Amino acid sequence: MITEFTPIQSLIGGTLIGLASVLLMLTLGRVMGATGILAGFMQPASPRDWSWRAALLAGMVTAPGLMLVTSGQMPAIDVPVSTPMLIGGGILVGIGVTYGSGCTSGHGVCGNARLSPRSIAATLTFMLFTGITVYILRHVIGG
Amino acid sequence: MQRIIITYIIGLIFGLGIMISGMANPAKVLNFFDVAGSWDPSLIFVMGGALVVTFIGYRLIFGKGPEKPMLDDTFHVPQNRTIDARLLGGSAVFGVGWGIAGFCPGAALPAVGALKPEVLIFAAALIAGIFIAKALQARAMRHAPS
Repeated sequence: MITEFTPIQSLIGGTLIGLASVLLMLTLGRVMGATGILAGFMQPASPRDWSWRAALLAGMVTAPGLMLVTSGQMPAIDVPVSTPMLIGGGILVGIGVTYGSGCTSGHGVCGNARLSPRSIAATLTFMLFTGITVYILRHVIGG
Repeated sequence: MQRIIITYIIGLIFGLGIMISGMANPAKVLNFFDVAGSWDPSLIFVMGGALVVTFIGYRLIFGKGPEKPMLDDTFHVPQNRTIDARLLGGSAVFGVGWGIAGFCPGAALPAVGALKPEVLIFAAALIAGIFIAKALQARAMRHAPS
C-alpha cells in the first residue's frame, strides 16, 4: 500500500509533539513518554499522581474528535495488518516498552533531546528491529 | 483544578500532533521502515520536528530556567545512565512488535479516540503486554537471591 509523502503535515505534527513535551516538563517536570504515563495511570502511586495522567490521556483521546469537528473528516488510520498481528504485535510492544523503560515518545523524543545514552541506545535498537521485522514480513515471508 | 486543565490541554496538543503527523497511521509508519519497498520518508519530519523543539525547549528549561516546574516541587527526570541487557532486549522486542502491528504506544493512545476497532484491539493487547511484563518482573524479583 503506497502512502503519500507529507513533509509539511508531518513537520507540523512533530512540532506539536515537541511543544507538548516541553510544556509537560515546564509545568509538571515530567517526561512525555506514553509508556510511563500509561503504566502509571494503571498502577498509580497516589491519587494526585493519577489525576494528571488521567487528564493527559483524556486530552490525547479528544484529539481525533476535535479534528473531525474542525476539519469535517477523521485523520487517516489505515491498518494494513491482520487482527492476529495487531494482537501479537500489541502484546510484544507492551512487554518490550516495559522492559525497555520507554518507547518512541519517552526515549525517541524526550530522552534523545536530553542526550541520554540509554535513550539513544534504545532508539537505535528499536528502530533497527522494527526495520528488520518489516523487511522480513514484506520481502522474505511476503515476497 | 488548574493543574488538571493545563495537563488536559498538553495531552490535546500531543494528540493533535500525533494525528496530524501521520504517526497514528500504521500504513504510513510501516512504509517508513519499508525502505526496500513502498518507502514514505514522512516520519523523518515527525521525529525531526519533535526532537528539535524538545531539544531547544529542554535546554531553556534546564539551562537558565526555573529551579522547579511551575506546578510541581521537582523535575522527575530519569537519572539511570546504564545501558543494560534489559534496556536493549526490551527495545528489540518493542521494535519487533512495532514492525508487526504498525502502532507504537504514543501513537495508539490518541488514536483510541477515533474509536476504530483496530486501534482498540491494539490498545487492549498493549495493556495486556504491559501487565504480562509487570507480572514477569514481579516474579523475577520474588525469585531473585537476596
